[in-house]
Amino acid sequence: MRANVTMTVRKADQNSSVIDIHGEINAFAENALMDAYTNASSDGARNIILNFDGLEYMNSSGIGLLVTLLIRAKRQNQRLLAFGLSDHYQQIFELTRLNEAIGIYASEAAALGAV
Amino acid sequence: MNTPVQEDANQKRSETAWAPPTTRMKVGEMPAAVRNINVDGRQPMSPLQGFGQMWQKTFQVRLTGVDKTPAEVMQIWKENFPKFQPPDNRFYPTMAGIKPGEVLLIAAKVPPFPGLPSILPVNTGVMVLYADDNTFTVMTPEGHPEAGWNTFSVYEEDGSLVAQCQSLCRPNDPLYDFFNRFLGASGQQDEIWVHVLESLADHLGVHGQVTTTKVLVDPKVQWSQAKNIWHNAGIRTVFYVLGAPLRWLRRKSSAGLKI
Repeated sequence: MRANVTMTVRKADQNSSVIDIHGEINAFAENALMDAYTNASSDGARNIILNFDGLEYMNSSGIGLLVTLLIRAKRQNQRLLAFGLSDHYQQIFELTRLNEAIGIYASEAAALGAV
Repeated sequence: MNTPVQEDANQKRSETAWAPPTTRMKVGEMPAAVRNINVDGRQPMSPLQGFGQMWQKTFQVRLTGVDKTPAEVMQIWKENFPKFQPPDNRFYPTMAGIKPGEVLLIAAKVPPFPGLPSILPVNTGVMVLYADDNTFTVMTPEGHPEAGWNTFSVYEEDGSLVAQCQSLCRPNDPLYDFFNRFLGASGQQDEIWVHVLESLADHLGVHGQVTTTKVLVDPKVQWSQAKNIWHNAGIRTVFYVLGAPLRWLRRKSSAGLKI
């Protein structure tokens, strides 16, 4: 099996980087996600914003990856935020209680407005 | 970009694999003999709500020579999950089996100290958070020794099948953390997953060597979660067992009053 995901990183403002996710987040997405995070953090961003607009599928290993990412971000005193989640995946975030640690917003503008 | 048809298929696949939305665990139909305490009505716990250090532990066994698909092995694993557990760690699935949203009750016995026999009862459980053809994940409730997830999966690698248990957990409260750090509870938990994988390999007719990888994901202790001890399933089970004579007397007296 190989990763079926691509992630691109862009600067949203001076303190915030956005990771655009396209494809599936599962165990095989680990390298792509962690590389994207390293890239997003390279210029000292304090806020890492995950864009799930292009998310096709996420399994339980994918949720585990997000927990690991969250811990890494917290250790760097960064905030992790998200937008673009479908209603279904918002429910998954609530079920797994990730929503208690990752701020979920309806749009990129709303996420940027919250930082 | 996906077509709308593919998006619909992904949405359907995801909806059937994940547990339905809930904030409290609900135990389904169970055999009457199973002690249903410490689970019904409890909140599911992710690794973020626990107390102690967060570890990711991965246990793997290579099923060399097994001529089955990952889905076929996973089906066998799901059907025999309780049977593959060590004798001191009994799992009781509901009548529905391992399906998203279903709860499996656990009746375990643990030794009070390393090297002593397992005599302390702990009644707890887990909820099936996610299940597809090759994977299933269980999530722990408040009071369980660990806060987090265990994911069981089967996949192909270098021409053979690999069965894997991966936990992403932290001790749920300060007492469990103490037992993990100083009384060997963490090692006992590891032995459970080694036993499960060895049992699966035995069942499939292969002798598998289980490998273990441990990664400390978060070295910090979350003192804000020390309050989790209120739900500690070990303490509550001991009190429940000690209270059995009182409950028996109460039942007797209320039966007598009715007569």
